[in-house]
Amino acid sequence: MNKKEIFLSLLLALSLAFFVSPLASPSPDGLEKVAADKGFIEKEETRPAFLSPVPSYSWPGIDNDTLATGFAGIFGTVLVFGIACGVALIIKR
Amino acid sequence: MHIPDGFLAPNTWAPAWVISIGGLWYCLRRVSRVLRDKMVPLMGVMAAFIFAAQMLNFPVASGTSGHLLGGALAAVLLGPYAGAIVIAVVLIVQCLLFQDGGLTALGANIFNMSFIGSMGGYVIYNLIRKMINKNKGVVIGTAVAAWLSVVLASAACAFELAASGVSPLRIVFSAMVLVHMLIGIGEALISVTVVSFVLKTRPDLLYNEEIRHE
Repeated sequence: MNKKEIFLSLLLALSLAFFVSPLASPSPDGLEKVAADKGFIEKEETRPAFLSPVPSYSWPGIDNDTLATGFAGIFGTVLVFGIACGVALIIKR
Repeated sequence: MHIPDGFLAPNTWAPAWVISIGGLWYCLRRVSRVLRDKMVPLMGVMAAFIFAAQMLNFPVASGTSGHLLGGALAAVLLGPYAGAIVIAVVLIVQCLLFQDGGLTALGANIFNMSFIGSMGGYVIYNLIRKMINKNKGVVIGTAVAAWLSVVLASAACAFELAASGVSPLRIVFSAMVLVHMLIGIGEALISVTVVSFVLKTRPDLLYNEEIRHE
């Protein structure tokens, strides 16, 4: 991939994370729905907050839900891009 | 399908952790042998795209949603091992930073979505690609691998839940597989859209084991 292709594909991912993610369905996902229907959803335990600086894809301290989700999305997208590239660079012979 | 903390018993999550660490170690070693410079940004871009796409829950049935898991999609572009690593990176970041998927359940989540998704998905994809020639095989292989890998991952998840004693296998298995047969359709549609676009614009980016092993 050349620089332009990397830039454009990252821009697409960031746009999805920022502009589309606030529109995502708030319904429970397949596993959560099954857990609720079959009566084991209450077994879920939430971790202490220090382990999750951005719980539930919502940037802490931003009151606007759309923006809070959008920023969390941007942050995560950039972070996984960096980590995946970093891992690839390290294991590359 | 990210399992939270509390659903799995230690008899299930502990072995899943061991299998995932061993499996990822194996993937890293396999990839380091074949990794070329051009795959580095592609791994980053796939991780970014799959992370973003996983935030986009689509409605599937009454009061239920699903989102892309991306294992099969990553494998079609990166191969089974680099694909599994990329999905694992996404899952680890989601678990540690976004409280999506439990820390004890991380091993099981990596097993279900990264190993079954990418390595399992690749086996299915490759089988079909060899039976059907040219681009048609790539597209049909992607669709079937995407759909089936999600269904198989949900079946594995059901076994883990049953082994943990949260629900009888008979009940949780049919419930998980049924809803993920629907979610898998979304997985197949998104994966085929991306792979078709890459086929049209940069077909050389698709993983090709024959070329890489030369």
